[in-house]
Amino acid sequence: MSEYHDPSNVVNPEHADHHIVTPVTYSIVFATLLVMTGVTVGAAYIDLGLMNPVIALAIASFKAVIVILFFMHVKYQSKLVKLTVISGFFTFLVLTTMTLTDYISRAWGLW
Amino acid sequence: MDNVTVATHPHTHETAVAAEHQHVALPQHRHHFETEEQQREAGTFGMWLFLLTEIMFFGGLFFAYLLYRNWYNPAFVVSSNQLSIPLGAANTAILIASGFFMALGVWAAEVRKKGLLLLFLVLTTVFGLAFLGIKAVEYHEKWEKHHIPGASFDVSQFINPQAYGLKEKPLAPDMAQKTQVFFFLYFAMTGMHAFHMIIGIVLLFWLMWRANRGEFSSGYVAPIENFGLYWHFVDIVWIFLFPLLYLINRHPV
Amino acid sequence: MSATHTILNLPDQRTATLPKRTYINNEDGLLSWLFTGDHKRIAMLYLISITFFFFIGGAFAGLIRLELLTPQPDLVAADTYNKFFSMHGIVMIFLFLVPSVPATLGNFLIPIMIGTKDLAFPKINLLSWYLYWIGGLFTLAALVLGGVDTGWTFTTPLSTHYLNTHVVTAATGVFIIGFSSIFTGLNFIVTIHRMRAPGMTWFRMPLFCWSNYAASILMVLGTPVLAITLVLVGLERLVGIGVFDPTKGGDPLLFQHLFWFYSHPAVYIMILPGMGVISEVISTFSRKRVFGYTAVAFSSVAIALFGFFVWAHHMFIMGVSNYSALVFSLLTMLVAVPSAIKIFNWAFTLQKGSITFETPMLYAFGFLGLFTIGGMTGVFLGALGMDIHLTETYFIVAHFHFVMVGGMLMAFLAGVHFWWPKMTGRMYPESLSKLAAVTTFIGFNLTFLPQFILGYLGMPRRYHAYPQEFQVLNVLSTAGATVLGVGYMLPLLYLAWSLKYGAIAGNNPWQATGLEWQIQSPPLTENFIEIPIVDHEAYDYEWLEHKTAQEVTTVG
Repeated sequence: MSEYHDPSNVVNPEHADHHIVTPVTYSIVFATLLVMTGVTVGAAYIDLGLMNPVIALAIASFKAVIVILFFMHVKYQSKLVKLTVISGFFTFLVLTTMTLTDYISRAWGLW
Repeated sequence: MDNVTVATHPHTHETAVAAEHQHVALPQHRHHFETEEQQREAGTFGMWLFLLTEIMFFGGLFFAYLLYRNWYNPAFVVSSNQLSIPLGAANTAILIASGFFMALGVWAAEVRKKGLLLLFLVLTTVFGLAFLGIKAVEYHEKWEKHHIPGASFDVSQFINPQAYGLKEKPLAPDMAQKTQVFFFLYFAMTGMHAFHMIIGIVLLFWLMWRANRGEFSSGYVAPIENFGLYWHFVDIVWIFLFPLLYLINRHPV
Repeated sequence: MSATHTILNLPDQRTATLPKRTYINNEDGLLSWLFTGDHKRIAMLYLISITFFFFIGGAFAGLIRLELLTPQPDLVAADTYNKFFSMHGIVMIFLFLVPSVPATLGNFLIPIMIGTKDLAFPKINLLSWYLYWIGGLFTLAALVLGGVDTGWTFTTPLSTHYLNTHVVTAATGVFIIGFSSIFTGLNFIVTIHRMRAPGMTWFRMPLFCWSNYAASILMVLGTPVLAITLVLVGLERLVGIGVFDPTKGGDPLLFQHLFWFYSHPAVYIMILPGMGVISEVISTFSRKRVFGYTAVAFSSVAIALFGFFVWAHHMFIMGVSNYSALVFSLLTMLVAVPSAIKIFNWAFTLQKGSITFETPMLYAFGFLGLFTIGGMTGVFLGALGMDIHLTETYFIVAHFHFVMVGGMLMAFLAGVHFWWPKMTGRMYPESLSKLAAVTTFIGFNLTFLPQFILGYLGMPRRYHAYPQEFQVLNVLSTAGATVLGVGYMLPLLYLAWSLKYGAIAGNNPWQATGLEWQIQSPPLTENFIEIPIVDHEAYDYEWLEHKTAQEVTTVG
């Protein structure tokens, strides 16, 4: 019985124990997010040419990642949930890159 | 079950193995799940799958933005400069704060503090409404400046910016028309985002009502937790919208 | 496998009785059905609903074939004809094919096959059925109000600028049905990950679960892109935003990219669950484990994955970049590989099996042949040069009907017959159903084989009139459609008849190995009296024989 019966999925690699994130962690994340918002606004006022959008998106991605990891508890979740999150962004990436193969190489395009 | 790790959740393995069918500790436990742990994890996983669909839903819009921004860069740069960075930045901070209180709300539910949970849910809602309020102010400004796409849209200020007191390079008439594409996407993306916020706020009122009845004060936190995931996802969308719409290429090249 | 393992070991059905308490009579009254959370009842609701829409879609197919009987436009005007084929496409794809196997058979069987009491989210499952109907009613409203003539593809700028028909109503319907499909998929994924019975490892699951799992991934990741696309089409039509409008700077091809990003994977949403049915049926009626179980399981996932990389092959003649078209063409060829793996493995399952020719098996044989032809012609169309000649002709119509009707519908009917005893507790009439299977096969080939030739000769699709020289083949095709119609009416009639008069089936009329066959038919509301502990592989007929032998000993 015990060999097979695992109702709580404890031996299941898809399982993660419930982890309570503390307000301290949340506060640190919150402060970081506010600081990064300030940084991204500041960076927008400096003319860096091509680097402007790159920096803005890098900061946005960093903010998104810490929201996902801490506010959304993914850091403490099972591999299954982590994989799920990644697969969502992966599919978006497929949509973007595969469509771009058309737009960037089009004979009559505006790229 | 010789390799049971110490459970952080109060009602899991030991009780479950002894009598998993008779054991129903919480009224919210559904019979077809063997344990509450299983139910909770199923709920979280289901919510994440729903968020995947949301990623792809907004993904279509983000791709359209990427494409047209590159096609009509001068028009997008000029129109992007018409948005108010202070309002956008304030809104970002407000939304992050709202998300922060939501996260604290999840914590309050987990440690079973009913009063704190209610307080944090109220704060989440207040900041969410503040975000929508500022958004409304911005939309109103667009209306006054004839930036709403459609019949009242006015391209002359982009063809001849000096006459309108704008410090922008004038655009050729055909490129100036493309500013409308920016505002289409601006309204489509922020509108879709605001729509998600409104749904979220309606759900928040429902959760507050339930929290007030004490439903989440005895270890059953799944609705709060899963709504939190939704609310943070909406935050993330804005975290990307803000730099894309307001910030990048602030300086015309 | 020796000869004793044949279907001749069937249990004696004369002594079988209907169980006293089942999911059907557990509660009474219409409301107990409309507010049920039971996956089996929802499956039955879905079965009735999709049958209703199937015959609506079929009626339009009949009208199309009737118009095409003669070269002259004599039955209906051009506009009306456009509305016919649009409604045929919208109803058949979104209201029949996409939910067909997952929402009926999948809903009914997946929880039982993996040994649990219900899907993870019963209320969301019920919600998905209601969304299906709301979407269906919007579609019907578009029809009643005067129709829609964009084709099922909602092509811009036709749909946004040039039509005065009910595009927005139909698009709203499709949008809502999309969410119904998302919720079904979401439920399956969570259920399969989280609710498997003890011992039911991934590689002990029946292949039906694997293929529905793969299709569910596509539903969850693909459908929202269609949703946003339709929202943009609606906004463009209603308030004139110009994301797809070239006069305002938009790109109509962006619509095509986003639309086919869903609608190509949607083809796999439609076919994958059917492939799962075929795996079950072929294994059961050859009394052999599916050859290369792991390969078949992974090929489902591979099809789902590759499905996201090939969509632009629908757009080769639309002006996409040549380089991009080359990439998409090559990737398209790749999808043929996992599909071929499946076909080969089914063929090897048959090899040296103790094959019997029950009705589900006849449909499964139909599937094997027709799907192979459909798939191979797909490779023609995936080749860049051939595509330019063949696309937008009847060749492509024949191609996707071979896959969708010859493949998916055959699989659906195979599944319905196969699990009918389990779902209702009664057998269908065997000889009549064999007749129906053969009629369907003959009718289908007569309808669509001539269309390959028509297409190759250059007859374009979506026109209500055609030159004189195409008439002979068109008459054949219409005649075939009539036979096909009879072939589909027959199951409707005799299955309804069998609900009351069919022989009582007993628990396991096919001596199949799935968990669903080890419980009573029709099942209890809670499926299992106690949750089973699985200690054998799927399709383990020796385990079944052993188990049956023990039962006999105990009773005797």
